[in-house]
Amino acid sequence: MLKIRDLEAWYGTSYVLQKVDIDVERGEIVCLIGRNGAGKTTTLKSVIGLVEKVRGSVMFEGEEMLNLPAHARFHRGLAYVPEERRIVPGLDVRDNLRLGLIASKLKHREAELVAEATKIFPRLAERINQNAITLSGGEQQMLAIARALIARPKLIMLDEPSEGIMPVLVDEMFDLFRQLKAQGVTILLVEQNVERALSVADRAYVIDHGVIVHHASAEALLADAEIQEKYCAV
Amino acid sequence: MADLTLQLLGLQLFTGIALGALYVLLAIGLSLIFGMLTVVNFAHGAFYMLGAYVGLWLLMHGVNFWTALILVPLAIGALGLLVERTLIRPLYGRGLDYPLLLTFGLSYMIVELVRVFFGNTGYPVDTPDVLQGAVDIGVGYFPLYRLFVIAATVVVLVGLWLFLERTSFGLIVRAGARDPEIVRILGVNIARVWLIVFGIGTGLAGLAGLLAAPLQGVIPEMGGPILAESFVVTVVGGMGSLLGAVVAGLLVGVVVSMTSLFAPEMSRVAIFALMAIVLLLRPQGFFGRAGLMS
Ligand SMILES: Nc1ncnc2c1ncn2[C@@H]1O[C@H](COP(=O)(O)OP(=O)(O)OP(=O)(O)O)[C@@H](O)[C@H]1O
Ligand SMILES: [Mg+2]
Repeated sequence: MLKIRDLEAWYGTSYVLQKVDIDVERGEIVCLIGRNGAGKTTTLKSVIGLVEKVRGSVMFEGEEMLNLPAHARFHRGLAYVPEERRIVPGLDVRDNLRLGLIASKLKHREAELVAEATKIFPRLAERINQNAITLSGGEQQMLAIARALIARPKLIMLDEPSEGIMPVLVDEMFDLFRQLKAQGVTILLVEQNVERALSVADRAYVIDHGVIVHHASAEALLADAEIQEKYCAV
Repeated sequence: MADLTLQLLGLQLFTGIALGALYVLLAIGLSLIFGMLTVVNFAHGAFYMLGAYVGLWLLMHGVNFWTALILVPLAIGALGLLVERTLIRPLYGRGLDYPLLLTFGLSYMIVELVRVFFGNTGYPVDTPDVLQGAVDIGVGYFPLYRLFVIAATVVVLVGLWLFLERTSFGLIVRAGARDPEIVRILGVNIARVWLIVFGIGTGLAGLAGLLAAPLQGVIPEMGGPILAESFVVTVVGGMGSLLGAVVAGLLVGVVVSMTSLFAPEMSRVAIFALMAIVLLLRPQGFFGRAGLMS
C-alpha cells in the first residue's frame, strides 16, 4: 500500500534521511522505532509532505506522493498525527473536529461523523464546547487522533502518540489501534514505548542516523534484546 | 457654556468614531493579511487610494454611489487577487522583508500610475444627495454622511464576523492563522485561502477609500498618512488580532479627533504617543499574542 524507496531528506544542508526503504501493506500496523534524532519524525513528515527537500520515492496505492502538495495527499487517504499534537488553540473541541472534515468529501455528513467521533472518545463529548487548549495532554492527543480519523483515512501515521500521557489513556489508545486495524485502517506508528508498540504491531523497522538498520516481525524484534538494547534504548 | 463644551465634545467624539471607522476597515485588512500570510502589506494605503479613485471614476461616468459601493471593493479586491497571485506568492517562505519591500515598491508604482492618469492635483467628491445635511443625534447636529460611514462599517464588521464564525471558510481562516501546516495536512489548499484573504483585505481598503472620498476628496498621496496610522492601529490592537483592530481603530480615531479639538497641530503626534505608551505597557498590543513577531 505504502512503498517508500531511497527516501532522502535534508534540513538546509544537513542530510537527515539517507535512503530509507519502508513497506506498509494494507491492514497492517507497522512500527518505526529508533533513538532520539534518528529520523522517525522526518520520515513521517516526508510522507505527508511537510519536508521541503526530499528525494526518492513514496508510492501510495501505486501513485507517487512526492510530486503532490501536502493537501492533495490528504485527499488520497493519508493522515498524520504530529508529535506535538497541534490542536488549534482558540478553537473549541467541536471546531477542531470539524477541521478534520473541512476539506473532505464527507463534509456533508459532519454532524453524524462528529457525533460518532465523540462516541469513540467520550472524554471529548464532555468537553465539546471547551477551548481545546484547556484539555489535558492526553485529551489533546485523543482530539488530534480523532481529528485525523474523522475523514476516514486509509493510512494513518502517528508520531509518539503515547508520549507524556497517563497510563489509562495509553491503554485506551492501544485498544483503539487494535480496533482500527480490525476495521481495515492501516497504521504506521512511531513509538518510544517500544514493548507496547511491538505488542500491537505486525512488523517493525529500526532507524538509526537516517538509515534503516533492521527490519523484522514484531514478535521477532520483541524477543531480540540485543537490537532493542542497541538502537532503542532512550 | 458648560453645555456648549459638552456638546462640542460629544460631536467631536462622533467625528472620532467616524474617522476610527476608516482606520478599522484598513486595519482589519492589514491584520487579516498579516495574521494569515505574515505579509506586512505596505501597498494597503495605495489600494485605499485606488478605491477612492475608482469610485471617483465611476461617479464621473454616471454610476450612482450605491452601485459604486459594491463595485469598488470588488474591483480593488480583484486587483488584490492579481497582486497576490503574481507578485507576492513567489515570495512566501522567505521571511517578512521580501513581501514588505515588494508591496512598498508597488505602492509607489500605483501612486505614480494614478498621477499619470488623473494628474497630481486632487478632486473633490460630492456627498451623495440623500446623505447630505446633518441630523440631530442628541448632542447636536452631526453630518449624516459621517453617520453613514459608521453604519456602513458596522454592517461590514458584522458581515465579516458572521463570515469568520459561521462559515467553513471562516473556520479555515481562523485555524490557518494559528497553524497553517495543520490546515494543509487536513486537505486544505492553503495557497488559495491566502489568495482570497488578501483579496478580502484589499477590497476592504478600497471600500474605506471610497467612503473617505466625500469627506476629504481624493489625491494620489491620500494613502500614505492613513497607512502609517493604520499600522499604528494594528500594533496598538495587537498584530493579527481583528478585535484589536476594531478597538484600537476607534480609540485612535477618537484620540485624533479630540486632540485636534484642543491642539490641532498635535493630533498626528498624539497617535504615535499613544502607540509608544501602549507598547511600553503592553508590547504585544491590546489583544496580540506575545512573541508573535519573534
Ligand atoms: N526543522 C529542523 N531543522 C533542522 N534540523 C532538524 C529539524 N527537524 C529535525 N532536525 C534534525 O534531523 C534529525 C532527525 O530528526 P527527527 O525529528 O526526524 O528525529 P526523531 O527520530 O523523530 O527524534 P525524536 O525521537 O527526538 O522525536 C535530528 O538530528 C534533528 O536534529
Ligand atoms: Mg520525532
